[in-house]
Amino acid sequence: MPNVKRHIYDVLIIGAGGAGLRAAIEASGEGIKVGVVCKSLLGKAHTVMAEGGAAAAIGNVDEKDNWKVHFADTMRGGQYLNNPLMAEIHAKESPARIFELEAWGALFDRTKDGKILQRHFGGHRYRRLAHVGDRTGLEMIRTLQDHGIHQGIDFHMECTVLNLLKDGDRIAGAFGYDREKGRFIVFEARAVVLATGGIGRAFKVTSNSWEYTGDGQTLAYDCGAELIDMEFVQFHPTGMVWPPSVKGILVTEGVRGEGGVLRNSEGRRFMFDDIPEAYKSSTADSEEEAWQYTIGNTEARRPPELLTRDHVARCIVREIKEGRGSPHGGVYLDIAWIKEKLPNAAEHIKRKLPSMYHQFKELAEIDITSEVMEVGPTTHYIMGGVKVNAETQMTNVPGLFAAGEVAAGLHGANRLGGNSLSDLLVFGRRSGEFAAKFSKENGKAAIDDRQVQSATRAALAPFERAGGSGGSGVYQVQQELQDSMQRLVGIVRTESEIEEGLKVIGRLNEQLAVIGVEGNREYNPGWHTALDLHNLLIISEAIACCALMRRESRGAHFRLDFTGKSQELARVNMVVRKDTDGRMQVSSEAIVPLTEEHKQIIEDNK
Amino acid sequence: MASVTFKVWRGNKEGGEFKEYSTDITEGMVVLDALFQIQADSANDLAIRWNCKAGKCGSCSAEVNGYPRLMCMTRMSSLPQDRPVKIEPMKSFPVIKDLVCDVSWNYEAKRRIKKFKPRKPDAADGTWRMQQEDVDRVQEFRKCIECFLCQDVCHVLREHHLHEHFIGPSLLVYTAALEMHPLDVEDRTEDLRKHQGIGYCNITKCCTHVCPENITITDNAIIPLKERLVDKFYDPLKKILNLFSGKS
Repeated sequence: MPNVKRHIYDVLIIGAGGAGLRAAIEASGEGIKVGVVCKSLLGKAHTVMAEGGAAAAIGNVDEKDNWKVHFADTMRGGQYLNNPLMAEIHAKESPARIFELEAWGALFDRTKDGKILQRHFGGHRYRRLAHVGDRTGLEMIRTLQDHGIHQGIDFHMECTVLNLLKDGDRIAGAFGYDREKGRFIVFEARAVVLATGGIGRAFKVTSNSWEYTGDGQTLAYDCGAELIDMEFVQFHPTGMVWPPSVKGILVTEGVRGEGGVLRNSEGRRFMFDDIPEAYKSSTADSEEEAWQYTIGNTEARRPPELLTRDHVARCIVREIKEGRGSPHGGVYLDIAWIKEKLPNAAEHIKRKLPSMYHQFKELAEIDITSEVMEVGPTTHYIMGGVKVNAETQMTNVPGLFAAGEVAAGLHGANRLGGNSLSDLLVFGRRSGEFAAKFSKENGKAAIDDRQVQSATRAALAPFERAGGSGGSGVYQVQQELQDSMQRLVGIVRTESEIEEGLKVIGRLNEQLAVIGVEGNREYNPGWHTALDLHNLLIISEAIACCALMRRESRGAHFRLDFTGKSQELARVNMVVRKDTDGRMQVSSEAIVPLTEEHKQIIEDNK
Repeated sequence: MASVTFKVWRGNKEGGEFKEYSTDITEGMVVLDALFQIQADSANDLAIRWNCKAGKCGSCSAEVNGYPRLMCMTRMSSLPQDRPVKIEPMKSFPVIKDLVCDVSWNYEAKRRIKKFKPRKPDAADGTWRMQQEDVDRVQEFRKCIECFLCQDVCHVLREHHLHEHFIGPSLLVYTAALEMHPLDVEDRTEDLRKHQGIGYCNITKCCTHVCPENITITDNAIIPLKERLVDKFYDPLKKILNLFSGKS
């Protein structure tokens, strides 16, 4: 293969967000050769957009907090479809991962006695989120980046991986291209960690960046790994809705954590109208009690705006559907009202939510310290993804690991806000540790040139099909997929619509196989989009197939034709794999059972 | 809906030219939205670097009507629409293609700055204590999204191409964040003077004006660093004392 550049690593990490960087730092500490491939420039990955904070039961603000409460909160939020062992590891290890960031230079907001400050978030019993205003993700990725660049790690920026390479059953490396010139690259590796994030670009309204095209999920699926829980896509309740060009941009849950309230067009605080049974005893029953909670009165119960994201999103959809929405098809989110309670409210808001202030001022010409925001649900996160071993993060393909959003298990049917940033630290580190261990215990794998040749041919195929539809075809396919997924497999689902969605996916697959792209291989977004579409179509199909099979409503998955919960489906995860004919196969599999200790902890924290 | 004409620079390191495109503008659109429409309709291979489209990642830096801006945060309504909107890549870095430049120099230069080195932990459990007001000062610098617009506007880099001798405002902000970090015990002043060329900055404050994060780069980062240097290397009192104590 004379035209293909080669790099040889012990551990190759695909993705340089929080999970990928944390994995790389851990693996490099083992004294082995580590390479990181990322689609963008370093430090630009989606983690940079995380706002609210990282959940860790440090107990700096609420001394009663501990890992058991965090574990119970995570399981309840995930409606018990979570892998309990992952939830346990996550709750136990998060505090150490946060302290470690401080040792690497992160500067979290402080308590009066100089410790790391923690804030309220939905579904968390105590104030638990370590944060930096509303730009926690930037602080985390920069800390990991600035630490990581001194660890002897090779970074391949603006490179995209298209295929994983195998040697028999085990992983052998990856094949991809650089954006700048479109040159092909083979990465030989004894172990590979997927840390590619999510799938938000399969939907029209999303808070996710262009990178989120389901790459890791598809790479894993294509090489024989299993995906689980793909029906569980989190629609964050509060995205911007106006102006149209910014629709979907995230409005952090931190706004509600700091006292922001949701109102409909009649001025009613509608979140008080529907409080789920499981949260009745821990939710405030008056506006005053809710405010007392916000300002730290430990006797008060939580405001209903801080119920789990799935529930808040559905309440917002209900208000809009029943004609009580705002002019641009959202509801109102009001933080300015706290001026009735705080003397220096405007300054307080600007200090606690600086990027929200900036974002609304710049993009919508709204001053959130004196005006209300209009918000509505936006595609934010996928709980499902690559199935991994709870302790090692290895998939069923030997040598292939996954961590962060691309992996599944921790969050079950719904993720609590703040649990993602701690997830990527805890399991990013573990994936790095165990990938390094795997690379030491296993010899070099052989690269099969035939796999490289067929990957090269597939990558170049869109150029050979130029003509016909012209070069705009790929953008049209992408837009149609996003529109269809939003409309047919979105927040509220029915069997007939999901089936219609699957038909559209089938048709778009056929279209993609014949449309071409224009131009050459140098930094050509048309070509890149054509290659990304393969991934978007695979994960869209996986989401739709799983959504079809789960004939109940649970967590983020809501079926209008099956609004209740099924006892039978409470005991299974949906599993997606590629069969020997290359077709997608979906089946249900028993969930990982709770241990007696887990049951006791959950009971104690009801 | 109004149609607006754009003059977009198309080319690569061998050369290029402005090409004209027209596209319809609707309420609230930003420059990046308009370029996406152009890309989907009539310039499928137009190279644009972007990520979050929310002003948080600092990828889509370019020059809009000659002014360094994030394209995702530049509203069309803020630009005069009776004449073409001119879009071109940043000038301080070599172009790769169209609006995308090779900014790798920033990453290499950053790696040469001495990394964070904390003092010993304050508490037995390995943690530290810091007051919010001490943290506030550095948090301003840590808002930096590494968009490199300040590097683009800095005449030392843009016109004099002194990349070998001067790290530019963005990395001076980074150094200031390390130097003023409440826990850091490293000393970077010698490097700032000898290798990182802080002396080249003559405080024209252009960097501060273009910063999309409103970091007061010159006043809060660069000038205090310059003062530290003066204190350390040019303090007349210290010089005399050193003379007597036999130090040079």
